[in-house]
Amino acid sequence: MEGPAMSTLIGIIIPLSVLFSVLTVAAGLIWLERRLLAFWQDRYGPNRVGAYGLLQPLADAIKLMFKEDWVPPFSDKPVFILAPIVIVITVVLAFAVIPFAPGIVVIDLNVGLLFFLGMSSLGVYSVVLGGWASNSKYSLLGGLRASAQMLSYEVFMGISVMGVVMMAGSFNLGDIVEAQRIGWFWIPQFFGMVIFIIAGLAETRRLPFDLPEAESELVAGFHTEYSGMKFGLFFVGEYIGITLVSAMIVTLYFGGWLGPFLPPIVWFTIKTFFFICGFILLRAAMPRPRYDQLMSYGWKILLPIAMANLLITGALLLGTM
Amino acid sequence: MLGTLRSIWNVFLHLWHKKETVQYPEEKPYLPPRWRGRIILSRDPDGGERCVACYLCAVACPVDCISLQATEDEHGRRYPEFFRINFSRCIFCGFCEEACPTYAIQLTPDFEMAEYKRENLVYEKADLLISGPGKYPDYNFYKVAGTSIAGKDKGESENERPPVDIRSLMP
Repeated sequence: MEGPAMSTLIGIIIPLSVLFSVLTVAAGLIWLERRLLAFWQDRYGPNRVGAYGLLQPLADAIKLMFKEDWVPPFSDKPVFILAPIVIVITVVLAFAVIPFAPGIVVIDLNVGLLFFLGMSSLGVYSVVLGGWASNSKYSLLGGLRASAQMLSYEVFMGISVMGVVMMAGSFNLGDIVEAQRIGWFWIPQFFGMVIFIIAGLAETRRLPFDLPEAESELVAGFHTEYSGMKFGLFFVGEYIGITLVSAMIVTLYFGGWLGPFLPPIVWFTIKTFFFICGFILLRAAMPRPRYDQLMSYGWKILLPIAMANLLITGALLLGTM
Repeated sequence: MLGTLRSIWNVFLHLWHKKETVQYPEEKPYLPPRWRGRIILSRDPDGGERCVACYLCAVACPVDCISLQATEDEHGRRYPEFFRINFSRCIFCGFCEEACPTYAIQLTPDFEMAEYKRENLVYEKADLLISGPGKYPDYNFYKVAGTSIAGKDKGESENERPPVDIRSLMP
């Protein structure tokens, strides 16, 4: 096959396979999270549907599809329907810039990191709009919390990754991975990594930062009024979000696909899987902070650390130049 | 901060702890003999029905799930003509067992009685009656009770003195 046709074919195959694998992983995570959480709580978790309960996501999907898809009559209908679509679209789009292995990337964007930050900011609209359009008190409180949390945590998420950008000298994620051939960035950018992980947790609204959902306080927060597959989309969006943030941590701080012996894609998968399990472990181990604690923690501790990290990294780089 | 990391590590170690779950259908949990489950009617060691149809269980039942009709056989022994327990109402409180003067009604360590039809949860006497004496193997009500039945007059029970002639002045 000649050159242009081949590249077109690759241009179709890679996005499709990325989309397929991301959605598969998100479905698998439903099972994995329930299983792991159960193990950490001395239980077995879902182990009845299929071998080791592996078909549980399928059963869940069938259940969600056949549930009544109820749109509350008091809601703002177009926005109510739009909200769950936005979250899935934004997180899936953000995967376009993740380099899975050399050459396996949907778009080799030279502002890849900024694209990721922009997409994760857009994801907030889903939660806020969903909470607002539901026209119920709990949903509104959830949306309110989400907007405040995302605003404050987005700020130093952006600042914390700038150290990596300075060291790699590029916003292109592929270049950032290549720049880590001399050493993974988590050692020189340790504080940046810690802050990025915390901000990523807040970004995906995972425990201990699940204040927008907070099922013990707000019923289910922003998705209280959602049912059926619309709720399912929020659910899937959350799991794709975990995968996305884990993949970003690996790309930015843990050398992406780099690693000895095994093929690059395998290394990337292993590292991402490790961080996904870490996220689930955090959910099993940590309590949810109070709302004011969350905000003061973000603005008074993490933001100054991120700023100091940025300044020191910049100063050192200038000094060695 | 260190405490948080330690608690995360301790939670992680639970991966290798023993699971609390009892994998029920394959692995049956131990039920003690006094467990309050499915209700049965027992027989005395001679094989006769213990129930004397005194209605005390039906009276004690807080949800009125027991219904019965007393009758008498040719020997003068009382027994229930029918005995019906509606297990869709029963709350397994065990009051009937406590009220029973003859140890006839007993609760057993069995709970696997789910049905697809509600009507199937109404147990008749034939479903309730078992062939043995249940939890009280040696107890035989008519052997110790003062009532007279065919083959046993007053004063002939175990540990029972002959009846006193109340019209006599002698001690």
